[in-house]
Amino acid sequence: MMMKSTELPPYAQAMGMEFAGTDNGSPLIAMDFAERAMGRPGFLHGGAIGGLLEMAGFTALEAELERQGADVRIKPINISVEYLRGGLPERIYARGEVVRAGRRVANVRIDAWQSDRERPVASCWMNFQLSPKKA
Amino acid sequence: MDQSEANENAFERFSRDHSFDPSAWSERMNSGGHSGFIGMRYHQHGDNWIELGFDWREDLVGDPETGVLASGPIISLLDNATSMSVWTRTGQFRPQVTLDLRIDYTRAATTRKPIIARAECYQLRRSMAFVRGIAHDGDPADPVAHAAGIFMLVEGQEWAK
Repeated sequence: MMMKSTELPPYAQAMGMEFAGTDNGSPLIAMDFAERAMGRPGFLHGGAIGGLLEMAGFTALEAELERQGADVRIKPINISVEYLRGGLPERIYARGEVVRAGRRVANVRIDAWQSDRERPVASCWMNFQLSPKKA
Repeated sequence: MDQSEANENAFERFSRDHSFDPSAWSERMNSGGHSGFIGMRYHQHGDNWIELGFDWREDLVGDPETGVLASGPIISLLDNATSMSVWTRTGQFRPQVTLDLRIDYTRAATTRKPIIARAECYQLRRSMAFVRGIAHDGDPADPVAHAAGIFMLVEGQEWAK
Protein backbone atom coordinates (compact mmCIF):
# COMPACT_ATOMS: atom_id res chain seq x y z
CA MET A 1 0.00 0.00 0.00
CA MET A 2 1.17 3.50 -0.77
CA MET A 3 -0.52 6.60 0.45
CA LYS A 4 0.25 10.11 1.54
CA SER A 5 0.37 10.20 5.30
CA THR A 6 -2.16 13.01 5.19
CA GLU A 7 -4.73 11.05 3.23
CA LEU A 8 -6.50 7.81 4.10
CA PRO A 9 -7.41 5.27 1.38
CA PRO A 10 -10.96 4.94 -0.03
CA TYR A 11 -11.97 2.11 2.35
CA ALA A 12 -10.99 4.14 5.41
CA GLN A 13 -12.79 7.23 4.13
CA ALA A 14 -15.91 5.22 3.31
CA MET A 15 -15.88 3.86 6.88
CA GLY A 16 -15.58 7.39 8.27
CA MET A 17 -12.04 7.00 9.60
CA GLU A 18 -10.08 10.21 10.01
CA PHE A 19 -6.87 11.66 11.39
CA ALA A 20 -7.43 13.04 14.89
CA GLY A 21 -4.04 14.51 15.66
CA THR A 22 -0.76 12.92 16.71
CA ASP A 23 0.23 11.25 19.91
CA ASN A 24 3.90 10.67 20.71
CA GLY A 25 4.85 10.74 17.05
CA SER A 26 2.09 8.40 15.85
CA PRO A 27 -1.10 9.57 14.18
CA LEU A 28 -4.36 9.02 16.05
CA ILE A 29 -7.02 7.50 13.81
CA ALA A 30 -10.64 7.97 14.88
CA MET A 31 -13.96 6.66 13.62
CA ASP A 32 -17.42 7.82 14.66
CA PHE A 33 -20.05 5.14 15.12
CA ALA A 34 -22.38 4.55 12.18
CA GLU A 35 -24.65 1.73 11.09
CA ARG A 36 -22.07 0.71 8.46
CA ALA A 37 -19.74 -0.29 11.34
CA MET A 38 -22.26 -2.26 13.39
CA GLY A 39 -22.00 -6.01 13.97
CA ARG A 40 -24.30 -7.67 16.50
CA PRO A 41 -27.02 -5.23 17.58
CA GLY A 42 -25.59 -2.34 19.59
CA PHE A 43 -21.90 -3.16 19.08
CA LEU A 44 -19.11 -2.37 16.62
CA HIS A 45 -18.26 -5.16 14.16
CA GLY A 46 -14.97 -6.94 14.89
CA GLY A 47 -13.94 -6.45 11.28
CA ALA A 48 -14.56 -2.69 11.46
CA ILE A 49 -12.36 -2.57 14.58
CA GLY A 50 -9.75 -4.69 12.78
CA GLY A 51 -9.82 -2.33 9.80
CA LEU A 52 -9.32 0.65 12.10
CA LEU A 53 -6.41 -1.04 13.89
CA GLU A 54 -4.78 -1.75 10.53
CA MET A 55 -5.17 1.83 9.39
CA ALA A 56 -3.53 3.05 12.61
CA GLY A 57 -0.74 0.51 12.03
CA PHE A 58 -0.13 1.64 8.44
CA THR A 59 -0.11 5.33 9.27
CA ALA A 60 2.13 4.89 12.33
CA LEU A 61 4.63 2.99 10.19
CA GLU A 62 4.47 5.57 7.41
CA ALA A 63 5.13 8.36 9.89
CA GLU A 64 8.13 6.45 11.27
CA LEU A 65 9.53 5.69 7.78
CA GLU A 66 9.11 9.36 6.83
CA ARG A 67 11.14 10.34 9.91
CA GLN A 68 13.84 7.87 8.86
CA GLY A 69 13.76 9.25 5.32
CA ALA A 70 13.07 5.76 3.96
CA ASP A 71 11.16 5.75 0.67
CA VAL A 72 9.78 2.20 0.65
CA ARG A 73 6.64 0.31 -0.25
CA ILE A 74 4.85 -1.34 2.67
CA LYS A 75 2.68 -4.44 2.56
CA PRO A 76 0.93 -6.15 5.47
CA ILE A 77 2.19 -9.69 6.16
CA ASN A 78 -0.15 -10.54 9.01
CA ILE A 79 -2.24 -9.29 11.92
CA SER A 80 -3.34 -10.86 15.19
CA VAL A 81 -6.17 -9.14 17.02
CA GLU A 82 -7.20 -9.63 20.64
CA TYR A 83 -10.73 -8.45 21.25
CA LEU A 84 -10.83 -7.20 24.84
CA ARG A 85 -14.28 -5.60 25.18
CA GLY A 86 -17.37 -5.14 23.07
CA GLY A 87 -17.05 -1.99 20.96
CA LEU A 88 -19.79 0.45 21.97
CA PRO A 89 -21.77 2.60 19.52
CA GLU A 90 -19.55 5.65 20.01
CA ARG A 91 -16.34 7.19 18.68
CA ILE A 92 -13.34 4.86 18.66
CA TYR A 93 -9.63 5.72 18.47
CA ALA A 94 -6.58 3.72 17.48
CA ARG A 95 -2.86 4.39 17.66
CA GLY A 96 0.07 2.32 16.45
CA GLU A 97 3.53 2.03 17.95
CA VAL A 98 6.37 0.95 15.67
CA VAL A 99 8.36 -1.58 17.68
CA ARG A 100 10.96 -1.98 14.99
CA ALA A 101 11.34 -0.82 11.40
CA GLY A 102 14.22 -2.66 9.80
CA ARG A 103 15.28 -2.95 6.18
CA ARG A 104 12.84 -5.69 5.13
CA VAL A 105 10.32 -6.03 7.94
CA ALA A 106 8.55 -3.73 10.40
CA ASN A 107 6.72 -4.81 13.58
CA VAL A 108 3.92 -2.60 14.86
CA ARG A 109 1.61 -2.81 17.90
CA ILE A 110 -1.74 -1.08 17.87
CA ASP A 111 -4.40 -0.36 20.51
CA ALA A 112 -7.98 0.83 20.12
CA TRP A 113 -10.07 2.49 22.82
CA GLN A 114 -13.21 4.56 23.28
CA SER A 115 -14.09 7.02 26.07
CA ASP A 116 -11.49 5.59 28.48
CA ARG A 117 -8.02 5.03 27.11
CA GLU A 118 -7.17 2.80 30.08
CA ARG A 119 -9.86 0.35 28.95
CA PRO A 120 -8.81 -0.77 25.45
CA VAL A 121 -11.41 -2.35 23.17
CA ALA A 122 -8.89 -4.28 21.09
CA SER A 123 -5.16 -4.72 20.73
CA CYS A 124 -3.09 -6.23 17.95
CA TRP A 125 0.30 -6.73 16.41
CA MET A 126 1.03 -6.45 12.72
CA ASN A 127 4.05 -7.36 10.64
CA PHE A 128 4.81 -5.49 7.42
CA GLN A 129 7.08 -6.26 4.53
CA LEU A 130 9.22 -3.34 3.34
CA SER A 131 10.56 -3.22 -0.20
CA PRO A 132 12.13 -0.60 -2.46
CA LYS A 133 9.65 1.33 -4.59
CA LYS A 134 9.68 0.32 -8.24
CA ALA A 135 11.14 3.06 -10.43
CA MET B 1 -38.78 -1.36 30.09
CA ASP B 2 -35.49 -1.74 31.91
CA GLN B 3 -32.15 -2.25 30.21
CA SER B 4 -31.90 -5.99 30.70
CA GLU B 5 -35.37 -6.44 29.27
CA ALA B 6 -34.43 -4.32 26.26
CA ASN B 7 -31.28 -6.42 25.76
CA GLU B 8 -33.28 -9.60 26.00
CA ASN B 9 -35.67 -8.34 23.32
CA ALA B 10 -32.85 -7.39 20.98
CA PHE B 11 -31.28 -10.79 21.52
CA GLU B 12 -34.53 -12.59 20.84
CA ARG B 13 -35.13 -10.45 17.78
CA PHE B 14 -31.76 -11.44 16.39
CA SER B 15 -31.83 -15.08 17.31
CA ARG B 16 -35.54 -15.99 16.95
CA ASP B 17 -35.91 -19.67 17.84
CA HIS B 18 -32.13 -20.34 17.99
CA SER B 19 -32.20 -22.79 15.08
CA PHE B 20 -29.61 -21.83 12.51
CA ASP B 21 -30.24 -21.70 8.78
CA PRO B 22 -26.98 -20.35 7.26
CA SER B 23 -28.58 -18.97 4.13
CA ALA B 24 -31.55 -17.29 5.87
CA TRP B 25 -29.32 -15.95 8.63
CA SER B 26 -26.90 -14.49 6.06
CA GLU B 27 -29.71 -12.79 4.23
CA ARG B 28 -30.90 -11.16 7.46
CA MET B 29 -27.43 -10.24 8.68
CA ASN B 30 -26.24 -8.93 5.32
CA SER B 31 -29.24 -6.66 4.86
CA GLY B 32 -27.75 -4.00 7.10
CA GLY B 33 -24.96 -3.04 9.46
CA HIS B 34 -21.32 -3.60 8.59
CA SER B 35 -21.97 -6.84 6.67
CA GLY B 36 -24.50 -4.97 4.54
CA PHE B 37 -22.06 -2.14 3.92
CA ILE B 38 -19.38 -4.59 2.73
CA GLY B 39 -22.04 -6.35 0.62
CA MET B 40 -21.49 -9.83 2.02
CA ARG B 41 -23.52 -12.70 0.65
CA TYR B 42 -23.98 -16.40 1.32
CA HIS B 43 -22.45 -18.93 -1.08
CA GLN B 44 -22.77 -22.44 0.35
CA HIS B 45 -22.20 -24.51 3.47
CA GLY B 46 -21.55 -28.06 4.69
CA ASP B 47 -21.46 -29.85 8.06
CA ASN B 48 -18.98 -27.56 9.77
CA TRP B 49 -18.08 -25.01 7.11
CA ILE B 50 -19.58 -22.07 5.29
CA GLU B 51 -18.66 -19.82 2.37
CA LEU B 52 -19.43 -16.12 2.20
CA GLY B 53 -18.24 -13.55 -0.33
CA PHE B 54 -18.34 -9.94 -1.44
CA ASP B 55 -17.61 -8.04 -4.65
CA TRP B 56 -14.69 -5.72 -5.34
CA ARG B 57 -15.82 -2.11 -5.01
CA GLU B 58 -14.08 1.21 -5.53
CA ASP B 59 -14.85 2.41 -1.99
CA LEU B 60 -13.34 -0.75 -0.42
CA VAL B 61 -9.94 -0.13 -2.00
CA GLY B 62 -6.84 0.20 0.16
CA ASP B 63 -4.36 1.24 -2.51
CA PRO B 64 -5.78 3.72 -5.03
CA GLU B 65 -2.75 3.30 -7.31
CA THR B 66 -3.32 -0.40 -7.92
CA GLY B 67 -7.00 -0.75 -6.98
CA VAL B 68 -6.15 -3.55 -4.55
CA LEU B 69 -8.77 -4.05 -1.83
CA ALA B 70 -8.05 -2.89 1.73
CA SER B 71 -7.53 -5.73 4.15
CA GLY B 72 -10.25 -4.42 6.49
CA PRO B 73 -13.14 -5.89 4.45
CA ILE B 74 -11.25 -9.21 4.29
CA ILE B 75 -10.96 -9.24 8.10
CA SER B 76 -14.70 -8.55 8.32
CA LEU B 77 -15.54 -11.34 5.87
CA LEU B 78 -13.32 -13.86 7.67
CA ASP B 79 -14.74 -12.75 11.05
CA ASN B 80 -18.30 -13.39 9.81
CA ALA B 81 -17.51 -16.64 8.00
CA THR B 82 -15.56 -18.16 10.91
CA SER B 83 -18.26 -17.02 13.34
CA MET B 84 -21.04 -18.56 11.29
CA SER B 85 -19.07 -21.79 10.83
CA VAL B 86 -19.61 -22.44 14.56
CA TRP B 87 -23.40 -22.19 14.27
CA THR B 88 -23.28 -24.17 11.03
CA ARG B 89 -21.54 -26.97 12.93
CA THR B 90 -23.92 -26.96 15.90
CA GLY B 91 -27.03 -26.31 13.82
CA GLN B 92 -28.18 -23.70 16.30
CA PHE B 93 -27.40 -20.13 17.13
CA ARG B 94 -25.55 -19.48 20.38
CA PRO B 95 -24.30 -16.01 21.31
CA GLN B 96 -20.51 -15.70 21.06
CA VAL B 97 -17.84 -13.02 20.76
CA THR B 98 -14.48 -12.99 18.99
CA LEU B 99 -11.65 -13.62 21.46
CA ASP B 100 -8.88 -13.45 18.91
CA LEU B 101 -8.41 -13.57 15.20
CA ARG B 102 -5.14 -13.92 13.32
CA ILE B 103 -4.86 -13.36 9.61
CA ASP B 104 -1.91 -14.04 7.32
CA TYR B 105 -2.04 -12.12 4.05
CA THR B 106 -0.50 -14.62 1.66
CA ARG B 107 -0.80 -12.37 -1.40
CA ALA B 108 -2.55 -9.24 -2.66
CA ALA B 109 -6.10 -9.79 -3.92
CA THR B 110 -6.52 -9.41 -7.68
CA THR B 111 -8.18 -6.10 -8.51
CA ARG B 112 -11.89 -6.26 -9.39
CA LYS B 113 -12.28 -9.95 -8.53
CA PRO B 114 -14.84 -10.97 -5.88
CA ILE B 115 -13.48 -12.36 -2.61
CA ILE B 116 -14.76 -15.62 -1.19
CA ALA B 117 -14.09 -16.88 2.32
CA ARG B 118 -14.41 -20.53 3.31
CA ALA B 119 -14.33 -21.09 7.06
CA GLU B 120 -14.71 -24.10 9.32
CA CYS B 121 -15.20 -24.76 12.99
CA TYR B 122 -12.64 -27.51 13.61
CA GLN B 123 -13.08 -27.90 17.37
CA LEU B 124 -15.85 -27.11 19.79
CA ARG B 125 -15.62 -26.85 23.60
CA ARG B 126 -18.28 -25.94 26.12
CA SER B 127 -17.19 -22.33 26.38
CA MET B 128 -15.21 -21.80 23.18
CA ALA B 129 -15.06 -22.63 19.51
CA PHE B 130 -11.89 -22.96 17.42
CA VAL B 131 -12.09 -21.83 13.82
CA ARG B 132 -9.96 -21.43 10.71
CA GLY B 133 -10.49 -20.31 7.17
CA ILE B 134 -9.14 -18.92 3.95
CA ALA B 135 -10.10 -16.09 1.63
CA HIS B 136 -9.49 -16.42 -2.11
CA ASP B 137 -10.34 -14.60 -5.33
CA GLY B 138 -11.26 -17.54 -7.51
CA ASP B 139 -8.82 -20.36 -6.76
CA PRO B 140 -9.13 -21.89 -3.26
CA ALA B 141 -5.69 -23.45 -3.76
CA ASP B 142 -4.12 -19.99 -4.03
CA PRO B 143 -5.68 -18.00 -1.16
CA VAL B 144 -5.16 -14.30 -0.48
CA ALA B 145 -5.44 -14.87 3.29
CA HIS B 146 -5.45 -17.54 5.97
CA ALA B 147 -7.28 -17.05 9.28
CA ALA B 148 -7.31 -18.76 12.67
CA GLY B 149 -9.40 -17.65 15.61
CA ILE B 150 -11.32 -18.45 18.78
CA PHE B 151 -14.87 -17.48 19.74
CA MET B 152 -16.04 -17.36 23.36
CA LEU B 153 -19.60 -18.36 24.10
CA VAL B 154 -21.42 -15.75 26.21
CA GLU B 155 -24.78 -15.17 27.88
CA GLY B 156 -27.47 -13.95 25.53
CA GLN B 157 -28.30 -10.88 27.58
CA GLU B 158 -24.76 -9.51 27.24
CA TRP B 159 -24.55 -10.26 23.58
CA ALA B 160 -26.78 -7.66 21.96
CA LYS B 161 -28.43 -4.36 22.84
